[in-house]
Amino acid sequence: MSKRIEVLKTYKIYIGGQFPRTESGRTYVAKNTKGESLANVCLSSRKDVRDAVGSARSAFGGWSGRAAFNRGQILYRIAEMLEGRKAQFIDELIKQGATKIAAENEVSLSIDRLIYYSGWCDKYQQIFSAVNPVASSHFNFSVLEPMGVVTAIAPQENALIGLVSLIAPIIAGGNTCVILASSSKPLSSVTFAEVLNSSDLPGGVVNILTGKVPELLPFLADHMDVNAVCYTGTDAASQKMIKENASLNVKRVVLYDNHKWLTESAQSPYFISDFQEVKTTWHPIENIGGAKAGY
Amino acid sequence: MNNLIPDFTQTPRIDQVGVEERAARFTKRSLKNDTKINGLKLALNMIDLTTLEGKDTDGKVKQLCYKARHLHDAYPGLPTVAAVCVYPSMVKVAKQALGDSGIKVASVSTAFPSGQAPKDVKIRDTKFALQNGADEIDMVISRGKFHQGEYNFVFDEIAAIKEVCGDATLKVILETGELGTYDKVRRASDIAMYAGADFIKTSTGKISPAATMPVTLVMLEAIRDFYYKTGKRISMKPAGGISKAKLALHYLVMLNEVLGEAWMNNQYFRFGASSLANDILMQLMKQRTGVYQSADYFSND
Repeated sequence: MSKRIEVLKTYKIYIGGQFPRTESGRTYVAKNTKGESLANVCLSSRKDVRDAVGSARSAFGGWSGRAAFNRGQILYRIAEMLEGRKAQFIDELIKQGATKIAAENEVSLSIDRLIYYSGWCDKYQQIFSAVNPVASSHFNFSVLEPMGVVTAIAPQENALIGLVSLIAPIIAGGNTCVILASSSKPLSSVTFAEVLNSSDLPGGVVNILTGKVPELLPFLADHMDVNAVCYTGTDAASQKMIKENASLNVKRVVLYDNHKWLTESAQSPYFISDFQEVKTTWHPIENIGGAKAGY
Repeated sequence: MNNLIPDFTQTPRIDQVGVEERAARFTKRSLKNDTKINGLKLALNMIDLTTLEGKDTDGKVKQLCYKARHLHDAYPGLPTVAAVCVYPSMVKVAKQALGDSGIKVASVSTAFPSGQAPKDVKIRDTKFALQNGADEIDMVISRGKFHQGEYNFVFDEIAAIKEVCGDATLKVILETGELGTYDKVRRASDIAMYAGADFIKTSTGKISPAATMPVTLVMLEAIRDFYYKTGKRISMKPAGGISKAKLALHYLVMLNEVLGEAWMNNQYFRFGASSLANDILMQLMKQRTGVYQSADYFSND
């Protein structure tokens, strides 16, 4: 019998809960640090950005409307599914150049980080919301609301933990997102999309594209239907371009400059509040005894 | 004229596979830049901006009419839509709100959307709309009678409404989603055209599926055959389910390749739609600014 030929996986992008090929039909070859070819990966175009933002927008109403507790359950489910496919992720990270110990560490940390943000889903509101003292007969309170559609550029290094650390706080807060995966290490990002797809996460809440940052960054930053853009790179010219493009519809720009994604400092409820807007409500009340200025 | 009317039981049979493949091929054309912009503007000019809901109020209709006159003031030089389409009870409000803008008022009629009412009620319904100032009447055919094979009943009803309409344009809604087969769509199209329809229209928008490209193709071919036989140009209005600019362009491609340039204006072709206008506006703004647009910056209608 002849030698069996291994069936290689097609690494496709993730839009609206489906795995299409890029609209442009282009691919590039992902290589490891030794320069060996690992896989053909989609080279997404601006039209994929357009489609992904469209999916994220349609998914936003449903996702932000879910009970916070339910969002927490779904994040926990993602962690469960990731745990079940640990070996595959370790294998892919090693293929992309990590050592065995580093790969195991990164995958475990990614699972733990999902659990961490799962817990925060129904708690960050209590931490950041406030009842404000005012001098008139009003009950005045401020609460957080998700911004809407967030686009983000995942870190080039630490492809898995970087991706998870970005996505988890964005969706924990009820946003939907379009993520451009690491172009040098895209394998685990695409496989992570498969985990998301089998985790009760509604299609369109997370959309993952693979491609070149310089090509897609302008469109991720200037799309009028995007409410916030997050950049994890250090390139000053790109940061300036993002800020200029974002000014078109006054997007929030969040820059994570040189974050150490593998450390504890890369997880906190402030990452959730980075993608939240504060809504303050003035509710008229009768100025009765128990409701003096202040409450 | 009478000896011209064919036997409707003998209308041409439709090749389902052929029609669907042909319709799919129209979606493969690529329109870019100036051609695209001109196509989008033409499509915009062909829209019957529609609100047909039980919850329609005077305010909603006025708002829609304002939208019809001011599609997107940030983009000067845009055409207006062709007409505003409302229920008979709203015709007066719409007529007043549109004033001298040149935008027509179309009214649905004949117990829209079911058409299940006696003939005299349908006639009074139509007269009421016309007396209130409707320029165009969108009637529905009696699908139940059609399925029973009472083609003469359907024919006579259309002819009676046409007589009431006089100079007003008559659009005949076949409600293709309830007809079931392309053969029946073709037969209903022929009946409507021979009975005096100015437009044949696919759907009420209340039944799914509404307008599809294959159904529209069958109707366009019926129009072409009718034109060859009688020399009279009948107009076409697909309605319902056309909400994206790209799809509207596909329809225009189909129109051009089946009926030709003489039909490429809003006298001979309309889109019955409500959300299509905004999507076209967003595409036009995208072409002008180079930036993908958000629905947040376009007025709701």
